Amino acid sequence: MSDYNFAYLDEQTKRMIRRAILKGLAIPGYQVPFASREMPMPYGWGTGGVQVSAATLTPEDTLKVIDQGADDTTNAVSIRKFFENTAGIVTTEETTKASVIQTRHRIPETDLNEDQILVYQVPIPEPLRFLEPRETETRKMHSLQEYGLMHVKLYEDISQHGAIATSYAYPVKVAGRYVMDPSPIPKFDNPKLTMAAIQLFGAGREQRIYALPPYTEVVSLDFDDYPFEASKAAHTCDLCGAEHSYLDEVILDDEGNRMFVCSDTDFCAKRQSAGHKGRLAGEVA
Amino acid sequence: MDETLMDQPLLQVRDLAKNYGARIGCASVSFDLFPGEVMGIVGESGSGKSTLLNCMAGHVSPDAGKVLFSTRADGLVDTVTMAEAERRMLARTDWAFVHQHARDGLRMNVSAGGNIGERLMAVGARHYGDIRDQATDWLSRVEIQGNRIDDRPSAFSGGMQQRLQIARNLVTQPRLVFMDEPTGGLDVSVQARLLDLLRGLVREFGLSAIIVTHDLAVVRLLADRLMVMKDGHVVESGLTDQVLDDPQHAYTQLLVSSVLQV
Ligand SMILES: Nc1ncnc2c1ncn2[C@@H]1O[C@H](COP(=O)(O)OP(=O)(O)O)[C@@H](O)[C@H]1O
Ligand SMILES: [Mg+2]
Repeated sequence: MSDYNFAYLDEQTKRMIRRAILKGLAIPGYQVPFASREMPMPYGWGTGGVQVSAATLTPEDTLKVIDQGADDTTNAVSIRKFFENTAGIVTTEETTKASVIQTRHRIPETDLNEDQILVYQVPIPEPLRFLEPRETETRKMHSLQEYGLMHVKLYEDISQHGAIATSYAYPVKVAGRYVMDPSPIPKFDNPKLTMAAIQLFGAGREQRIYALPPYTEVVSLDFDDYPFEASKAAHTCDLCGAEHSYLDEVILDDEGNRMFVCSDTDFCAKRQSAGHKGRLAGEVA
Repeated sequence: MDETLMDQPLLQVRDLAKNYGARIGCASVSFDLFPGEVMGIVGESGSGKSTLLNCMAGHVSPDAGKVLFSTRADGLVDTVTMAEAERRMLARTDWAFVHQHARDGLRMNVSAGGNIGERLMAVGARHYGDIRDQATDWLSRVEIQGNRIDDRPSAFSGGMQQRLQIARNLVTQPRLVFMDEPTGGLDVSVQARLLDLLRGLVREFGLSAIIVTHDLAVVRLLADRLMVMKDGHVVESGLTDQVLDDPQHAYTQLLVSSVLQV
């Protein structure tokens, strides 16, 4: 502990990041520039999320870290260790026990409450980047609410695939104003973006922070004749039998056998210990 | 449009001027454009045609002068001093701009249908089927086969790209079209086809347009009136046939005679 300031970053840096977070909360969906710091991990590992968490955590907090819904991936484990070492805080794998949850690619299945903060790791914060690479132009488009281009992207999707094929990082309009990239969560999670918890988004390499205050209206973009669908694999979880959770497909052997399991490991484990059973419960370790 | 509006100028340009440092871009240009009228701006390379056009279209901010446009909502408004948000709105609704190089006016990584649909979506179209129908309709108007709707412009010939750019601009039925050398850079036979097409569209829709070109054949075919530019100044203006058949200014006489030698 004595080697580091609490949660690694110095107090001045944390103040700077907190100012960006507060501005982000004041203007939901607006990308606030911030001076991203070098962190002792590569960019792909969520340095933006880590800096936001570092500026958010207090010694009383309980932290949970998930990657694709799982607490036990290398990325999640190393970030959790990082904060155990630099902040000496308690960590947990249980969604309901966490006060701060840092995530990559998922929103927990269990509804979050008003005492929780969800921090997202964001690779590319600019939803307009795909069709308009010029930063000066995208900034102008945001400030003037010129969002026709987002629908051009969805149009292209339908014309090429017969349906809106975008299944991750599905663009949303926030509080009737800013179009926002919700980070690469599956579009299944989009309806959950309107929630009780505070949501903070940190992009380290791109040096942007944005935020959603509790209960902010978040609308997924679509066409009248191709409405948004929060789709998932048409299966139930083979371990816990859940019907409405987001599933990962797992290949079991060379013969094409596969199973579907909840991507949210804590949610699935809780259901199993409560006695819920899926098709392969007990058969697979 | 309201009948009484037909007698009012659609565009009034007053003393428009732009310098690049000590070099003159264009100097104190004034004229009126009436609804349904096509104005040609001719002159040799470097005479200030593009500068003038870009000042009018809001791409370049002039050093002096007014560009008064008869808006649907508020009547005559100086587009030079209007808020940028409004000017950009105008640029994707009542105005259109056809660039000399199609790649400057098209999204090369978006399909032909998406290129045409962009302006519709920019003003709120949210029905995929309707957008696609309109794109198909406009492809046929500019003589591009409907089955090319999902191809990217990079797969098109230069002439097709230019026709696509025109379709993309006209789909929202703009009231004023700016064109900068729309036939420049194309083969002569391709130019002829594009000119025919443009003439047909001008007649069918009663387009109001300002066309910049160094090619007198283009204005002969398309323009009701002409302005001749030299060193940033308008040296002569009038009805197209009058100016071309009976040029008064020595420079215009030179321009016309050099064309006749071709
Ligand atoms: N961006 C610029 N910077 C400096 N000089 C320019 C610029 N654009 C045009 N000019 C100069 O202004 C004059 C008019 O140019 P332009 O409007 O492009 O003429 P035209 O379109 O008739 O060929 C020329 O002398 C040209 O070199
Ligand atoms: Mg020019």
